[in-house]
Amino acid sequence: MRYWLFPILMLGLISFAAQAINPLPFQNNAERLRFQNLASQLRCLVCQNESLASSNAKLAQDLRAQVFKMMQAGKTNQQIKQYLVDRYSDYVLYDPPLKPSNYALWFGPFVFLILGGLGVLLYLRKRTSSAAAAPPPGDDDW
Amino acid sequence: MKRYLPLIGFLVLVGLFGWGMWWNSHHDMTAVPSPLINKPAPAFNLPKLYAPSEHVSKAMLLGKPYLINVFASWCVACLEEHPVWMAHAKNLGVPLIGYDYKDPPQDAKAWIAKHGNPYSVIITDRSGHTAINFGVYGVPETYLIDAKGFIRWKHIGPVTPKIIRTNLIPKLRAVGAHPHEVK
Repeated sequence: MRYWLFPILMLGLISFAAQAINPLPFQNNAERLRFQNLASQLRCLVCQNESLASSNAKLAQDLRAQVFKMMQAGKTNQQIKQYLVDRYSDYVLYDPPLKPSNYALWFGPFVFLILGGLGVLLYLRKRTSSAAAAPPPGDDDW
Repeated sequence: MKRYLPLIGFLVLVGLFGWGMWWNSHHDMTAVPSPLINKPAPAFNLPKLYAPSEHVSKAMLLGKPYLINVFASWCVACLEEHPVWMAHAKNLGVPLIGYDYKDPPQDAKAWIAKHGNPYSVIITDRSGHTAINFGVYGVPETYLIDAKGFIRWKHIGPVTPKIIRTNLIPKLRAVGAHPHEVK
């Protein structure tokens, strides 16, 4: 008995969580999948490390209802995203668009990569040239 | 020289982390800049808390600048902010409109009865639908709207006397209001 009690309890928890997060009246599975796909690309603004799909914050519930309503009204994913960006800025998108105000976000990592690469290159150059010039004994003083 | 390299590296890191700590403590890392600044405020038409049959709309408020302060009885940070409005709302030279967000009216009334009413009028948005158009995502939030109905300033989180003095008052002057000095 003990062996199957735990999985059943866990199943109960999972279905409870699914209900808490997803009380919207979807007409079919395709619509549900589209909604979940869209909501997982949007950031919850209250708890900023959660997506709109997984957050239980009040605002996230309201925004999910709004996304659902717009889907019912025949809006495209792009229109729904634009609606949220107009109100909450690009921050709601987990995949922000490439534009001058966030060039640092897109290209910053590569700048650091290049700087680091140059540093390594210079270091290696210096080391090989000094190795060729036969280092004096006791060079490594630390 | 070479023997000091680890020390220099250590000091550089100390400086970097120290600067990071200083920067974080002076900035709200969770604040999302509003895309609505310098854009027309969304239209709204919401019932008054103390007279639910009467509504206040954006159209009715056009012609003079005003502040909207989004609050809720369930909001803990609002308790921190409320005494600031109690002390300074009269000095701002513009009406301060209370925007009760996702709150049962009786809770809001009890909260106001307990902590005082700094607002010239309180409007209620129980569903939170209008607040989505304003881009509200955390309470308290404060908006300055000019005579033409444009949002000129937004503050996320509790307002302090320092924020009123250094941020809000220059913006109030810019929209043509005559605020008193706030100490």
